[in-house]
Amino acid sequence: MFDVASWHPALQALLRVLLFVLPLLLVVPGLIWWERRLLSWMQDRIGPNRVATITLKSGRKIKLFGLLQPIADGVKLFFKEDITPSAIDRLIYFVAPAVALFPAFALGGTLPWSGNTLLTPIADVNVGILYVMAISSLGVYGIVLAGYASNNKYSLMGGLRATAQLISYELAMGMSIAAIVLASGSLKMTQMVATQQGDLLGVVPFLNNWFIFTPFGFVAAVVFAICVIAETNRAPFDLPEAENELIAGYHTEYSSMKFAVFFMGEYAAMLVFAGVFSTVFLGGYDMFIDPLEGFAGTTLGGLAAFMFKTVASFTCFIWLRASLPRLRYDQLMSLGWRTLLPVAVANFIVVALWILITSKYGVWQGWIAYIGAFGLLFAVYSAVRGLSKNRVDNALAPRSISLVDGTRSVNVADPQAEGVGS
Amino acid sequence: MPVQATPDLMIFGVLAGLAAMTAVGVVAFRNAVRSALCLVLNFFSLAFLYFTLQAELLGMTQIIVYTGAIMVLFLFVIMLLNLGSLQVLDERPDLIKKGLGFLFGGALFGLTATQVVQPFLQTSQQFAPEGFGSPQAVGRTLFTSYVWPFEIASILLLIGIVGSILLAKRRI
Repeated sequence: MFDVASWHPALQALLRVLLFVLPLLLVVPGLIWWERRLLSWMQDRIGPNRVATITLKSGRKIKLFGLLQPIADGVKLFFKEDITPSAIDRLIYFVAPAVALFPAFALGGTLPWSGNTLLTPIADVNVGILYVMAISSLGVYGIVLAGYASNNKYSLMGGLRATAQLISYELAMGMSIAAIVLASGSLKMTQMVATQQGDLLGVVPFLNNWFIFTPFGFVAAVVFAICVIAETNRAPFDLPEAENELIAGYHTEYSSMKFAVFFMGEYAAMLVFAGVFSTVFLGGYDMFIDPLEGFAGTTLGGLAAFMFKTVASFTCFIWLRASLPRLRYDQLMSLGWRTLLPVAVANFIVVALWILITSKYGVWQGWIAYIGAFGLLFAVYSAVRGLSKNRVDNALAPRSISLVDGTRSVNVADPQAEGVGS
Repeated sequence: MPVQATPDLMIFGVLAGLAAMTAVGVVAFRNAVRSALCLVLNFFSLAFLYFTLQAELLGMTQIIVYTGAIMVLFLFVIMLLNLGSLQVLDERPDLIKKGLGFLFGGALFGLTATQVVQPFLQTSQQFAPEGFGSPQAVGRTLFTSYVWPFEIASILLLIGIVGSILLAKRRI
């Protein structure tokens, strides 16, 4: 009965889709609960812990740690009055939440959650990681359309911010992934996992070569993680919905279930992106230590490994939200264009050089070239920075006051700096 | 020759119909945002047509470049200029313009048809051969037979980037 291999290919594909989408739908409330609890612990509060506490007649209480809170929230959102403003673009206003939800669920189309090639990924096409990039670039449409259709200046501002932010961070994301594609020699996600099952750095035989433990992979992972947070509009990059400037940004005019759909899309996208991160950098369904490989090879074992890494990455995103204040908009742009993109491109060049030298001359020559190239690029970067220091004010520094004639700038936060500079 | 209603044909029909309708929508809508959205849908359904031909790389590139980047910028500009609904893009009917438009449109259609119809009628193989248009094959071709056009295109793009920075920046 469960001999899936003998089913019609269309049924097999349907099974694979259901096995991905249904659990994703079911796990989103749990994620919301997890984030709220974790945030409250990090901020020294208690958080939602009351829902689903059952008091028996004897006075004993059965506690479920507030696990049913998201369900209560969902019911509340469902029965709330659905207010539709009158001066909106009706069609686009109603379509926007659906458009926002679509990329979040379509994102995982090439994501393998286990070694079982029959059940996952949905389509093992040879452009797997490109597919993720393509679908993630569609994520902006829901936000932009919501911002435009609401006919509200704050919503529109949120939509505009989202557009610029996502386009800027997509580039660095693509470049950081490109380095990994070079290293693994394939765009296929299953092939990426297979590459990471080799020996760690080519020398430690019983550990696996997860990309995050290689120098270039670590740089790429940091850039990728920052870009993922920006792509999913999470704190500290949640400028499209910055509540102290834009009320609620693009979803100001959305209430009830339509707001809930935006909310769900955001969390689903975050989880799938965490899954992409763990597949590309943390070895996917791989177990890291060789003796455990037999366990990881089974369907459920692979799923357990994959889910553990995914939820850990997701938790790191929440951690960042709890720790970092929101960036100013010019800081956001500066970080994306002046820091992340050059770092990702430099990483890409170094990896290409390393692979070329290794294949031509040998392993240790490759590493020498690797370190030399990194040093050279760092020197060039410092030189350029030093040369341009007097003309380009560092946007990540506290805001300084420029005099009208443009000759002198006074740093507000650090008055001594002026004396040093002049 | 009667056409057999295979699943492939039905999927093609849906996608091609969607692409054609949205293409008409691009010019038919008076609201600039809706026209842009129709173009987005058009590019998106075209990408799926490429997928049905097993040209995954082409389809992905279509989505990344057109749907994900260029159209987002279009929407950005339209929203930034805040073209309201229904008042703009309203032209006076002009018979000469319309006649010329039909003439040129028909000429373009005929020109395309002379090139496209003949190969289509002879087509029997629906899919590209295995490995055709894969990332490896495309990359190899770009860096061997077509390396000069490729490099010239990249220099052009670089000039474009530098030029846009030069134009946009007030003080360098």
